[in-house]
Amino acid sequence: MIPTSFEYVRAESLKDALKALDDGHGTKVIAGGHSLLPIMKFRLAQPTRLVDISRLQDLKGISEKGRGARIGAATTYRELLDSELLRERFPLLIEATETIGDIQVRNRGTIGGSLAHADPASDMPAVMLVLDATFNLRSKAGKRSVKAREFFQGPFTTALAEDELLTEIVLPPIPAGSGSVYLSHDHPASGYAIVAVAALLTLKRKTVSQAVAGLTGVGESAFLAQSMEGLVGTRGEPEAIGRAADAVTAGIEVNGDTHAPAEYRRHLATVMTRRALTTALERAG
Amino acid sequence: MATIFGSGIKRREDPRLITGAATYTDDVKLPGLTYAAFLRSPYAHAQITRIDTRAAARAPGVLAVYTGADIKDRVVPVPCAWNVPNCNLIVPPHPLLAHEKVRYVGDGVAMVVAESRAQARDAIDLIDVDYEPLRGGVDPEQMAQPGAPQLHAEVPDNIAFTWVVAGGDAERAFNEAEVKVRERIVQQRLLPTAMECRAAVASYNKGSGQLTLWVSSQNPHIHRFLCSVMLNLPEHRVRVISPEVGGGFGSKIPAYPDEALVSLAAMDLGRPVKWAEDRSENYKATIHGRDHVEDVELCGTRDGTITGIRTKVYAGLGAYASTAAPGIPTILHGLVYSGAYTIPNIHGTIHGVYTAGTPVDAYRGAGRPEAAYLIERLVDIYAREIGMDPVEVRRKNFIPADKFPYTTATGLTYDSGNYAGALDKALSMLDYKAFRKEQAEARSRGKYLGIGVVSYIEICGLGPSQVAGAVGFGGGLYDSAIVRVYPTGMIRVYIGGKPHGQGEETTFAQIVAEEFNYPVENIQIVAGDTEITPQGWGTYGSRTTAVCGSAVKVAAQRVKEKARKVAAHLLEANEADVEWKDGKFSVRGSPDQAKTFAEAALMANLAWNMPAGLEPGLEATAFFDPTNFVYPFGTHICTVEVDVETGEVHILRYVAVDDCGPPINPMIVDGQVHGGVIQGIGEALQEIAIYDESGQLLTGTMMDYAVPKASQMPRIETAHTVTPSPVNPLGVKGVGEAGTIASAAAVVNAVCDALEPFGVRHIQKPVTPARVWAAVQAGQRGGEAAGQNGKERAR
Repeated sequence: MIPTSFEYVRAESLKDALKALDDGHGTKVIAGGHSLLPIMKFRLAQPTRLVDISRLQDLKGISEKGRGARIGAATTYRELLDSELLRERFPLLIEATETIGDIQVRNRGTIGGSLAHADPASDMPAVMLVLDATFNLRSKAGKRSVKAREFFQGPFTTALAEDELLTEIVLPPIPAGSGSVYLSHDHPASGYAIVAVAALLTLKRKTVSQAVAGLTGVGESAFLAQSMEGLVGTRGEPEAIGRAADAVTAGIEVNGDTHAPAEYRRHLATVMTRRALTTALERAG
Repeated sequence: MATIFGSGIKRREDPRLITGAATYTDDVKLPGLTYAAFLRSPYAHAQITRIDTRAAARAPGVLAVYTGADIKDRVVPVPCAWNVPNCNLIVPPHPLLAHEKVRYVGDGVAMVVAESRAQARDAIDLIDVDYEPLRGGVDPEQMAQPGAPQLHAEVPDNIAFTWVVAGGDAERAFNEAEVKVRERIVQQRLLPTAMECRAAVASYNKGSGQLTLWVSSQNPHIHRFLCSVMLNLPEHRVRVISPEVGGGFGSKIPAYPDEALVSLAAMDLGRPVKWAEDRSENYKATIHGRDHVEDVELCGTRDGTITGIRTKVYAGLGAYASTAAPGIPTILHGLVYSGAYTIPNIHGTIHGVYTAGTPVDAYRGAGRPEAAYLIERLVDIYAREIGMDPVEVRRKNFIPADKFPYTTATGLTYDSGNYAGALDKALSMLDYKAFRKEQAEARSRGKYLGIGVVSYIEICGLGPSQVAGAVGFGGGLYDSAIVRVYPTGMIRVYIGGKPHGQGEETTFAQIVAEEFNYPVENIQIVAGDTEITPQGWGTYGSRTTAVCGSAVKVAAQRVKEKARKVAAHLLEANEADVEWKDGKFSVRGSPDQAKTFAEAALMANLAWNMPAGLEPGLEATAFFDPTNFVYPFGTHICTVEVDVETGEVHILRYVAVDDCGPPINPMIVDGQVHGGVIQGIGEALQEIAIYDESGQLLTGTMMDYAVPKASQMPRIETAHTVTPSPVNPLGVKGVGEAGTIASAAAVVNAVCDALEPFGVRHIQKPVTPARVWAAVQAGQRGGEAAGQNGKERAR
């Protein structure tokens, strides 16, 4: 478990980091290192240089943004869990974070690292899709914002350019009358989701005004289920939830592996979506 | 006087283990140390047409590069040490490094030695090998069919042996039986996953011609023996030291090429060489366990009397015959087909098959879990077939407590037992009747609860050396101890066994402390260095307490007898009048006239005033060879709830009642049961080594291979019955493997019981959510194939 040789740069400022990214090929950003280091040790990734951003205070922390929140990309899972603000406003994010790894992983791993890595089975992308997050990106040349819903492009593939750094996650407010839930069925070895469902339902006068479900582990990247639209305008009756859940993987090429063949995973997605929507509805009401 | 034997004192080895103060092989640092790394085959089966090592040899820090061709005339192939008789065993050569052909992904192709670990690793990538891939295959049944790819020229159809066990007349029993049940059972390949991977450090003294090899080993004396063979080095010039060992589960019994190769390099270079596996290498290059494809049958009467068991087994051996491999699916498996029952007619045909996978050898329980699993699954299937409570079927067929010693149809003589006693205790702990009621009530609400009962027996305490010889085991199976008493009365005990997690530094000290009325602090147990410990055969097969512990007891008694003579002399009493009473040597009838053991020990060591004719010094050596194996037993009960929508299995309760004779340390016994049960639960629910069509190990890391985690495991409720064994002076039986032997069947029995309403009779382990769901689906479709679906997925 020895990676190939690489150069290591500890960025002392955001400017440093962006300059290093601008400099050349083969540079990878490291923060917690929980995704990158294992693949380097397997020599599946052989970066020539690492830029360590884990000490950049600019990229850390959680603050209010109107009735929403902004989260620095290098904020650790532990810091998310410790945030009263997030716990109150975005219980979905907290519930999902609680399922991630173990104490050591949560102490080291960062939300931005997970999003930029875009593992098709990681938890955060589905949550960001459901919460309709916006990601702020920086490069030496400038800055731009990309909606989470446009950010994830495939397994381990995002809208980030080679010289860009994800610096901040912006979460818009959740409407009153909402209920959310994160359900995850984990691979017994890796702990990654075989199927995980992030669901958010909003009720207005007992009628569903918004229904969103994001799934991870199921397809080549996290996705929002199209079938949720059918719930809007219903009262969330079991039949309506059942219909939405049955079609949750419509149009998605479902993954299969040794532990969970595609047929089972598709079925599991349906069952878990139904359970998630049922719970989200209870919590909304 | 408080007794120390039987008390649950804390493990003395734990403080150093949990504070990081222990010295493992990879912690051994020597001046001038160099590092080895291995290039391992990426193909399951291929012809090597060319190897170019020039770039690697020129790489920074590289001291030497070895290929199979370089070394083949200097070394002897890896020996197989269990030459099971009467089965036409063919053992093809297992070269230390492959030349001409590779036969599994992980087969060693070249070794690099360099100044640093990283340089050795980097240089591996510079070795250029041309392979001509050949067809492989890891399914033992398929590899035994005509037309399967042939791995070894000298082994037609890849069949290493065909071994038959027979007792009574099984053919007739089946022909005449009222009821017959049969099942296909796949006992999947497992990865032993000791916490510490394998490691070796070799150092050669050119002046004395002495090789010192540190190796993570369960049996340093066997490693000395086999390394001397592989290296053509006289055995007395090889010293093997097995320092702290972080678990083995059988995987550190065998001789591997790796430790011999680093020794060879150390001798060539005149510098010490270290190699330590990482986990990915461990999963490929260290032996695997189980890997049976079985067709099994049971016959009996309508009213629940089992009359016969018949099996046909394809046991995968992997690419080569590992050290003990041939004995595991035969002697340690087929001979125990009777289980805990009076089954008069038994027939088993076991084909050992070479496959293009990592070699398979002993893994916790080694053959006996596979036997217990198939018997205990069959008993449940039979009970359902005849509509009888599975507990009652067990009870009806138990060997009665008054029939011991009992000789089974396969010719084993069980030493002692009270199977109904353990069953009753477990049933009362769990309240079986109440659970059945709860189960019926839950079913009416669409919840599926199940209960699995297993009454296992185990053959362990291996074993009489004469039997070892008779069954072709290439070593003795006695064990040994030296009890050495210093002038101050402090004691060191040198043992032939090699504990690596089982707690004998504590329990053996308890044996000695009890003998001398000592605190355990006065006693140190020393193991693992062939230079200072007496010839022994190592720690495996739940043998160390029963065999080596008995040697400790006998040696301690010899010391005590000599001390008694010295004490009598000091007391100016007749030797015959001095007895051990209340923890002292005292004159019969005059308890005030007494000497402690320490007082006698001091004089024996000073020898100023000794009885006439008695030699100075106080130590004794004992070699203990048991007259029979020991047969621990017990009943485990598992209850589960199955979510039939998702296929998830939740264990509700796990009750383990084990009988290993008198426990020397009940806390350590419970710890062994816990660990064993959890390994069996892992096997039942989530562990499986999977190869793809081309022979690549898909579960090659801990991201994919599901070793149980604490958070996934239930609380385990343990209890014991105590039935001493007559075959050793302690009355003890082994308990290291018992949990694993019982628990896989207990869990799968429970899951199949829960799914009875769906007509699910059997699901192949591991019963993953996907498999449970598929079985429920097949059951709902009324399909007969519910039990069959696992195999394709498994392989």
